[in-house]
Amino acid sequence: MSTVKLTVNGKAVAVDVEDRTLLVQLLRDHLNLTGTHVGCDTSQCGACVVHMDGRAVKSCTMLAGQADGATITTIEGIAKGDELHPMQAAFRDNHGLQCGYCTPGMIMSAIDIVHRYGGQLDEATVRTELEGNICRCTGYHNIVKAVLDAAGRMKVSQAAE
Amino acid sequence: MGVEGIGARVVRKEDKRFITGKGRYVDDIKLTGMTHAYFIRSPHAHAKVKKIDSSAALKMPGVVAVLTGQQLVDDKVGNLICGWAITSKDGSPMKMGAWPAMAPETVRFVGQAVAVVIAESKNLARDAAEAVVIDYEELPAVADVHAAIKAGAPQLHPEAPGNQVYDWVLGDEGAVNAAFSKAANVVKLDLTNNRLAPNPMEPRAAIADYDSAEEHFTLYTTSQNPHVARLVLSAFYNIAPEHKLRVIAPDVGGGFGSKIYIYPEEMVALWASKRVGRPVKWTSDRTEAFLTDAHGRDHVTHAEMAFDANNKILGLRVKTYANFGAYMSLFSSAVPTYLYATLLSGQYVIPAIHAEVIGVYTNTTPVDAYRGAGRPEASYLLERMMETAARQLNVDPAALRKQNFITQFPYQTPVIMAYDVGDFNASLDAAMKAIDYAGFPARKAKAKADGKLRGIGVSCYIEACGIAPSKAVGSLGAGVGLWESAEVRVNPVGTIEILTGSHSHGQGHETTFCQLVAERLGVPISQVSIVHGDTDKVQFGMGTYGSRSAAVGLTAILKAMEKVESKAKKIAAHALEASEADIVIENGEFKVTGTDKAIALPMVALAAYTAHNLPEGMEPGLKESAFYDPTNFTFPAGAYICEVEVDPGTGKTSFINFVAADDFGRLINPMIVEGQVHGGLVQGIGQALLEHAIYDANGQPVTASFMDYAMPRADDVPSFNLSHTTTLCPGNPLGIKGCGEAGAIGASAAVINAITDAIGKNNLEMPATPDRVWRTIHAA
Repeated sequence: MSTVKLTVNGKAVAVDVEDRTLLVQLLRDHLNLTGTHVGCDTSQCGACVVHMDGRAVKSCTMLAGQADGATITTIEGIAKGDELHPMQAAFRDNHGLQCGYCTPGMIMSAIDIVHRYGGQLDEATVRTELEGNICRCTGYHNIVKAVLDAAGRMKVSQAAE
Repeated sequence: MGVEGIGARVVRKEDKRFITGKGRYVDDIKLTGMTHAYFIRSPHAHAKVKKIDSSAALKMPGVVAVLTGQQLVDDKVGNLICGWAITSKDGSPMKMGAWPAMAPETVRFVGQAVAVVIAESKNLARDAAEAVVIDYEELPAVADVHAAIKAGAPQLHPEAPGNQVYDWVLGDEGAVNAAFSKAANVVKLDLTNNRLAPNPMEPRAAIADYDSAEEHFTLYTTSQNPHVARLVLSAFYNIAPEHKLRVIAPDVGGGFGSKIYIYPEEMVALWASKRVGRPVKWTSDRTEAFLTDAHGRDHVTHAEMAFDANNKILGLRVKTYANFGAYMSLFSSAVPTYLYATLLSGQYVIPAIHAEVIGVYTNTTPVDAYRGAGRPEASYLLERMMETAARQLNVDPAALRKQNFITQFPYQTPVIMAYDVGDFNASLDAAMKAIDYAGFPARKAKAKADGKLRGIGVSCYIEACGIAPSKAVGSLGAGVGLWESAEVRVNPVGTIEILTGSHSHGQGHETTFCQLVAERLGVPISQVSIVHGDTDKVQFGMGTYGSRSAAVGLTAILKAMEKVESKAKKIAAHALEASEADIVIENGEFKVTGTDKAIALPMVALAAYTAHNLPEGMEPGLKESAFYDPTNFTFPAGAYICEVEVDPGTGKTSFINFVAADDFGRLINPMIVEGQVHGGLVQGIGQALLEHAIYDANGQPVTASFMDYAMPRADDVPSFNLSHTTTLCPGNPLGIKGCGEAGAIGASAAVINAITDAIGKNNLEMPATPDRVWRTIHAA
C-alpha cells in the first residue's frame, strides 16, 4: 500500500492504494469519479483519457503512483459550475455523442488537441489526432464537427478572458 | 411542426449527463457489501474438463467462493436457450447441443466459462483465479465452416451430427431452375461475409443483488431489453419467478445487438449472489468481450443470378453456410434465415428466388444478430452480384439496377416479404446527383494521370425493420411476440412521464419520444420525461433492436397518447361546458374551436386527479397505456455511392466522397437520424476495409484486443454527404420506417464495388486491407 497525493479537479486528495492500482481505478473506485471510463485496458480506445498537469493521458495504463504530486482534471472538472466547457457544449450542439460511453475521453482528448494546435485545426488534423479514441456509435462525423466548432469557441472564450 | 415537435432538430436532453461525466452505467454502481466475480475461461477451443482444484484459491485473502459448472447443474440452473425454432428442409427441427452457463464437462470455444471466483475485489478475484488448477484433456477443434462439415471433422455436439444445425430452404426451387434454363446469361459469385466482433465501447457488466428475506433478486445489467432478460431468466433458467426478479438496464454504452442476449455471466452473477449472500459484480474486460460477446456475420456463400437477353433478372439461386460458433445464441437461428434470405429480392424484381442455408457449429464464439443482422449479408451479396453482373454484361451498374428496380407497390417478393412502399429510383437518382456520377469518368482519367486508381461503387439496399408483427414472426418460429408497450402518465401538475418498453442506449429516445408529446400537446419537452430500462417501473417491453423503437415503440406511445387526449378532451369539454367534438389541443391548451374559451393542460390534469368535477361516471386520474403490434415490417431503403482512390504502390484505399440517400419515411429528429446513419456507414466501411474476427485452424482467436482487431478510427473514414428521399410508411400512423441499421447494411458493398472498380479486378474479399488489395492488384 502507498499513499498517493494529488490534486483532482482542484481538490487536494491523499488516497491509500495498493501499489498496482491504476490511475483510473483511483479515480473511479476511490474518488467515485465515474465519468472516466474503461473501454479496452490496452491504451487503445481512449475512454479513460484525463488531463495530468494539463496534458491528455490514458488513465487505464498508468499507475496511480505515477500521478503522485500531479494535478489531474477529469470530465467532472471542466465545466465552471453550470457553464459547460466549450468542448462539452460543442459535443451536445453537434450531436457528437450517442451512447455517451466514449464521450468523456473524447472531450478530454479533444480539449488537449485544441490546446496543442492553438485552435488552428482542420478536419484532417482532427481525424489524425483522434486516432487514439474509438467511438462505435457516431462514425466520428459529428465528433469531428464538434471539435472544429469547439476550437472556434475556445478561441473566442480565450479572447474574452 | 413546432420548435420541438416532429421533424425538429432538437439537441438531446440526455446529453448533459454524458458530457459532464454523470452518466450512470452498470460499472459505475456500487452496492454495500458488494463482491466481485472473475470468470475462469477455457484456453482451449475444445476440451474435456477433467478436474477443477480450487483448494489453494479458497485459502487466498479476500476469496469468498469458487463456483463451478457442476454446482450450477446441482442447483438446477437451466441451460441457455435459442428462442427461434427453425425447421430443416427434411422437416426435422434444428439440432442443438446444450449450452450450460459454465461448462461442467466439455468446453467448445476459447473463452467459455468454466468456473468463477467471487472475492472482495476484482484484483483479488483475478489473483485467486490464477491459483485454480483445471485439468483439461484437449480435443481436436474446428473453426472454419467448410472444415466443420467435412467427413471426419471434429464433432462438437452429439445432438448435431456433422456439426449441422439445420439445412433450411426458402423459395421455389423449380421456378428458379426453370428461370436458369431459359437464361441468356448467368452470373456467378462466391463470397465470404467476414466475422465481426461487436465491440460496443461499454463492455458488458452485471451486478446481482439477492435479498434473502424477500427471496428477491435485483439485476443491474447492460441490456437492450431488460424485460426480455427477466422473462428468459425466469421462464427458462429457474433463477426466480418474474415478480421476484427486477432487471435494471441503466445507461448502456452501445449495444448493436450484442446486448440483446442473456449471457452466462448475468445468470451466474444472480445465482452466485444467492449462494454467497452478497451482491456480486462482474465487469467484462475488452478481451473477454472479444471472446464472449456474440459475434456477427460469418457467412460463406455461392450465388448465381440469371438474366434474359435484355438484362432483366430472371432468377437468383443462393447457397450459404452460416457459422454459428459453438452454441446457438438467443436469436442466432433466425439471423441467416428469416432475417437474411427474406431480403434476397433487394430492390429488384426477381421472379424466382431459392435460398438454402446450412447452419454449422464450429469451435468459435457464438454468432448472433449484430448491427443489421442478416440484412447486411443479404445486401452485400445482392449488391456485389449486381456489380459483378454489370461488369460481366458490360453495362453501367446504376443503369442495370434501375432497369430491374421494383417500381410498383405493394410488391410481393418470392421470399415472404411484401414491400409496402418505396421509390428506389428517387434515392439512386439523389445519390448519383450528389456524387456527380456523370462526371466520374473524367475524374477517373485525371486520377490515372496522377498514378492513382479511382473507382466508384453503388449499393442499393433494402431492409426489413419495425420488428415485428407478432403473428407473422410466430408463424415463422419466433418464441416471443414483437409488439411494444407504452404508458403515458400525466401528473396532477401537468408534467408528463412516458414509460416505454423500448430501451435507449445511444438512440436518443429521451429526446425523440418527447418530441411526439410536444407535437401532440404543444408542451415543451422539458415538461416530459422518458422512463425506461427498469422492469419495476415499466410494465413490459420487448426492447430495442432491429431499428424498431420509432416504428413500433413510438407508435405504442402514440396509441397511449391518443387515449390520454381523448379522456383529457372529455374533462376539458365538461369544464368548459362545450361539446367534446369541439375541443382542439393547441400549445398546451384545450380550446373550444372558434371561441376564446380554453383550459390549460395542468388544469385538466388537476381536475382529473382532484376528481371534484368530472363527467358523470368517469374514473379519476389521467394515465393510459397501450400495446402496439405492427401489421407489417417496415422497409427502409436507399442508395449509397462511394468514390475511392487506391494507391497501386501500397494497396491503401482513400475515400474521395461518400454519399447516402436514404428513405426512412417520416423523421422525428433529422439530427439524430443523421447520426444513426453516420455510425452505420462507418460500421459498413469498417467491415469492408478493416474488421475481421480471425481464428486459426485450431480455434484460437488471434484478434482478441483492439491491438489485433482493427476498429474503424476517425482517420480511417470520411465525412459523409447525406440526403433523404421520403415515402411514408403506410404500416404505422407516423409513417416511420427506422434508421438505426441502414448504414451498416448498405455501405460495405459500395466500398468493395468501388475498390474493385478502381483496381479492375472483381474478386476481392472483405476486409480489403492494403495488403489484400495490393496482392489482388498484382496477382497474375
